[in-house]
Amino acid sequence: MQAQYVWDCTEVDLDKNMKILIVDDFSTMRRIIKNLLRDLGFTNTAEADDGTSALPMLQSGSFDFLVTDWNMPGMTGIDLLRAVRADERLKHLPVLMVTAEAKRDQIIEAAQAGVNGYVVKPFTAQVLKEKIEKIFERVNG
Amino acid sequence: MEHDDSTLGDLESTLKNNARDLVDSLEQGNFGAAVQLINELNKVRDRGLYHEVGKLTRELHNAIVNFQLDPRMPHAQELSQIADATERLNYVVTMTEKAANRTMDLVEQSAPLVNDLSDEAQSLSAEWGRFMRREIGADGFRELAKRVELFLARSERDGVKLSGHLNDILLAQDYQDLTGQVIKRVTQLVTEVESNLLKLMLMASQVDRFAGIQHDHEALRTEQEKSKEPSRGEGPQIHADKRDDVASSQDDVDDLLSSLGF
Repeated sequence: MQAQYVWDCTEVDLDKNMKILIVDDFSTMRRIIKNLLRDLGFTNTAEADDGTSALPMLQSGSFDFLVTDWNMPGMTGIDLLRAVRADERLKHLPVLMVTAEAKRDQIIEAAQAGVNGYVVKPFTAQVLKEKIEKIFERVNG
Repeated sequence: MEHDDSTLGDLESTLKNNARDLVDSLEQGNFGAAVQLINELNKVRDRGLYHEVGKLTRELHNAIVNFQLDPRMPHAQELSQIADATERLNYVVTMTEKAANRTMDLVEQSAPLVNDLSDEAQSLSAEWGRFMRREIGADGFRELAKRVELFLARSERDGVKLSGHLNDILLAQDYQDLTGQVIKRVTQLVTEVESNLLKLMLMASQVDRFAGIQHDHEALRTEQEKSKEPSRGEGPQIHADKRDDVASSQDDVDDLLSSLGF
């Protein structure tokens, strides 16, 4: 069982100490993502329950990666993404959207807003891993 | 509904019968008779209108009683059915959240046990290989035997613990039965409310016909569309595979993004 669970990350050299912010209004989903990230070797994570609480954390903390849901009360993930891209110091932050929103228009909207990866829920550990690797392949390359 | 049609039929036949007389009276210059006829027509129309409004009001009243919407009603001391449904759905949210957290607690407690067992087995296996290749001496073997003994005891202990956790994970899924029942009841209520609303709407349209009111449905729909905020999101799509405007899988999303140059 462990063999399927542990991810082999040798193909992409990822900084395991990078600081990741997980934004989702459901604590269970934050916990799932946090656990999956930990299995990937990323233990330096923080959580926020919507864009309104996430944005000040991003602005004051030195985060390297943002994983966000779309549909949240307060500030949505797409608005958070736009706020990040509009912020001079944050605009290069890699952003992965993990969301149940699956309309083509929305995916295009997220792409135009500058998202780096898009994962639709329900998702598998494998998909999350692939997207993260792809993002950092491109960021580092 | 038959009765409605007959009142409306009454109005129509009275209209038809009197219209010719009205034109005749007017052509003959008999204004008194014409006004009389218009009054007559108005009366028939008003009667129908009052009748329909009365029925609509009665049905509205019934709906309020049925769904116990009015908190002033004596038998509404319990919750109204809508408030009750809301509470039931909140219960579903709580139950599913609790089950998810309980399951994740148990997985988080189990993972280190499995990891440690697997690590120790790997290390012992390597050591055992060295022993089989006669690479370790008597002291080394005594050490290995001690480790094997400890490992066996630990495997037994952790095995019991793990199987307990698996059992608890299984039990944590009992929310499905309870929440399933609750959701079915709420679905039933929604269907009931919908059919009642539809009945009310049909009655209201009858009133509209008597009163000669017309609604611009197209304009109403556009207005409703406009008030939707696209950035708010829609949540999970239920029939994603049957819709063209929705990505039905991660592969679909990836294809779309790569077509955009991702």
